[in-house]
Amino acid sequence: MKYVEEYRQKELVLGLADEIAAKLDRPVTLMEVCGTHTMAIHRHGMLDVLPRQLKLLSGPGCPVCVTPTSFIDAAIDLSRGGDVTIATFGDLVRVPGSASSLERRKAEGADVVTVYSPLDALSLAQQHPYRQTVFLGIGFETTAPTIAVSVREASKRAVRNFSVLAGNKLVPPALRALLQSKDVKIDGFICPGHVSTIIGARVYEPVVTEFSVPCVVAGFEPADILAAVLMLVEMVVSGKPQVRNAYPRAVTRDGNRAALACMNEVFRIEDSSWRGLGTIPSSGLGLAHAYREFDARERFGLVMRDKHDTSGCRCGDVLRGAIEPGKCPLFAEQCTPEHPVGPCMVSSEGTCAAHYKYKRR
Amino acid sequence: MRRDDKIILAHGSGGKLTRSLVSETFLKKFTHPALAELDDAARVRIGSDRICFTTDSYVVKPLFFPGGDIGTLAVYGTVNDLAVMGAEPLYISCGFIVEEGLELSLLDRIADSMAEACRIANVSIVTGDTKVVESGSADQLFINTTGVGLLPKGREFGIERIVPGNRVIVSGTIGDHAIAVLAAREDLGLKLDDLTTDCAPVNGLVRKVIDRFDGVKFMRDPTRGGLATVLCEIAESGRFSVHIWDEEIPVHREVKGICEILGFDPLYLANEGKVVMIVDGKIADEVCDVLRSDPLGVNAAVIGEIRADNPGDVVLHTVIGGSRLIKMLAGDQLPRIC
Amino acid sequence: MCLAVPMKVIKREGDRGIVELEGVTREVALHFVDAHVGDYVLIHAGFAIQKLDEESALETLDLFREMVAHDQEDDARESP
Repeated sequence: MKYVEEYRQKELVLGLADEIAAKLDRPVTLMEVCGTHTMAIHRHGMLDVLPRQLKLLSGPGCPVCVTPTSFIDAAIDLSRGGDVTIATFGDLVRVPGSASSLERRKAEGADVVTVYSPLDALSLAQQHPYRQTVFLGIGFETTAPTIAVSVREASKRAVRNFSVLAGNKLVPPALRALLQSKDVKIDGFICPGHVSTIIGARVYEPVVTEFSVPCVVAGFEPADILAAVLMLVEMVVSGKPQVRNAYPRAVTRDGNRAALACMNEVFRIEDSSWRGLGTIPSSGLGLAHAYREFDARERFGLVMRDKHDTSGCRCGDVLRGAIEPGKCPLFAEQCTPEHPVGPCMVSSEGTCAAHYKYKRR
Repeated sequence: MRRDDKIILAHGSGGKLTRSLVSETFLKKFTHPALAELDDAARVRIGSDRICFTTDSYVVKPLFFPGGDIGTLAVYGTVNDLAVMGAEPLYISCGFIVEEGLELSLLDRIADSMAEACRIANVSIVTGDTKVVESGSADQLFINTTGVGLLPKGREFGIERIVPGNRVIVSGTIGDHAIAVLAAREDLGLKLDDLTTDCAPVNGLVRKVIDRFDGVKFMRDPTRGGLATVLCEIAESGRFSVHIWDEEIPVHREVKGICEILGFDPLYLANEGKVVMIVDGKIADEVCDVLRSDPLGVNAAVIGEIRADNPGDVVLHTVIGGSRLIKMLAGDQLPRIC
Repeated sequence: MCLAVPMKVIKREGDRGIVELEGVTREVALHFVDAHVGDYVLIHAGFAIQKLDEESALETLDLFREMVAHDQEDDARESP
């Protein structure tokens, strides 16, 4: 069992697709919360094997798409410090702030380094004790524990020149906010498989009881995604919403307790600003009091305030599933992958970038 | 489209930004018809002979990587640009820009590599230049080359010769070079098993095919920007679409592994010892057999075809029977979490 | 929203270990998993975020196959 190839078998995948077509008796709109699900769907050309009556919306599970401009501006400002190294996941490098981007800053001479793991950023800090290494903390509950360990290690090893600009966000509050808004019609959620390995499948139970919307936790291979879609369609048709875990090889009901414990030790829950969705209460992570010495906001006296976006960018509506990328006036005109205006176009799996790259005929 | 006012690294990736930089800043001012063709090498006439003429600069970091170094790259890269035009590579010039402080022993090793590479590829370095710049002005070493070769009569390869019904061949596994270099950068912590760069001279391999078959339409070595970029460039001609099948594309298992870990697509990764050939549909399988009989072409495969519908599109057919459009990237791929 | 890849544990020493996929190896952090040599784990940003359960994996495949076959039987029964 290698855990990948088995779930890509063509016969199984097409069989599931046929079943979906057979079971679908009305137009159904599902949302894949997770950006990596959107990527997988487009990578395999899955929309080609699904019936047209089934609509798939890309949700706000894209760390780059929902990172507010103020966060990027803060990172850009920090990068102007002569002794500052900005360490970041590659996802953020091309995201536009209000006037520049980390990529541009790099061109102007700033020390911006892409890392694969936050522990690599910590090593960088240890290798260059006379420079301030600031790690940009983005991502959701999958990534937060890895950053938590890095901060804990920094504390243990007394790496005083390391800090984190905290920007991690939480998924369940965003789902709730989506369902509470009026302009969205979602019949079911394909829930993020890897976030769920950490937080557990149980977190979606309130979504079902409160909003009667079925939720299926799904893996990332074609068979995983199609099976989840089939389960959701069946529940929509039967009118019996539930939480189902279609990724039990990685997800349990309670999640990963060790990872959650670490997260809870290093981080505390805060209100957080989501691009396009505004401020969602208790939806983000900041550094806990005990670890405030590693909080870049405190160390550098940063205040992040979002200005009202007047560029005409409608990323917010795209994220909510309220409009298709094509309906944004900037799409494919002023806003393209090489000159992106909003994060939905920058992220390789942002809804607009996916539509631009992979658009169906 | 607004013009960028500063050069960013993405301008050097071989994708969309590189092309717009070249056309906006250079092609508007350098107007010779041979340049306008933008082939891997220029075809010019001197007297009654046709010459192929190419230039390239090598700035790879690190200087040494599994299976090669910047010197091997410089020689083979130049030879390959000439070979895919159908020319016989003959002479190379070599300019070194050396950063003050570089260890002499490193330069020695690189020069040794280059001499050996010339011997293997059957070419000669006949002229050169050396400059030393201040510490910090050149990242250890840059090498610029020019290559010259003779283009025999009757060798006419080019995008204009491609027609629907032709088939697409790649001479081996894609992405090896880019991943070998990437893994040599210790900062990613990824260790390879036996993967090395595929850096090699393809003039021998190409000769085997074009000496034997008449139906070869177009060839290119897919360096930076990868296979995808080459296919997008030829599709831009607007007369046909290019269709490729995911399960036919040869990929080394370690390249596959690293791409899964970092979130990369092998289609966009650089190769330094491979050829993409567009050939008459009828000869494709035989051409593949000939390629496979050569050590450099053991994994050659027919990966796709040229069609008349939807001109300009490059379409990838996936393992589950869906399809997606392949576009040029705006810059290098970066390790991502999502 | 998360790229995580199944990799096999080939060495473990305390909270650190080495994992392998298609011949590629990397040192990773194993704080969150009770995994040992031979187990498969999901790797994200240099950390194992979960141990993969082989039994579940096989059961899931069976379930998916059943979802297709079972319904094909229904279709067969419904045909005139």
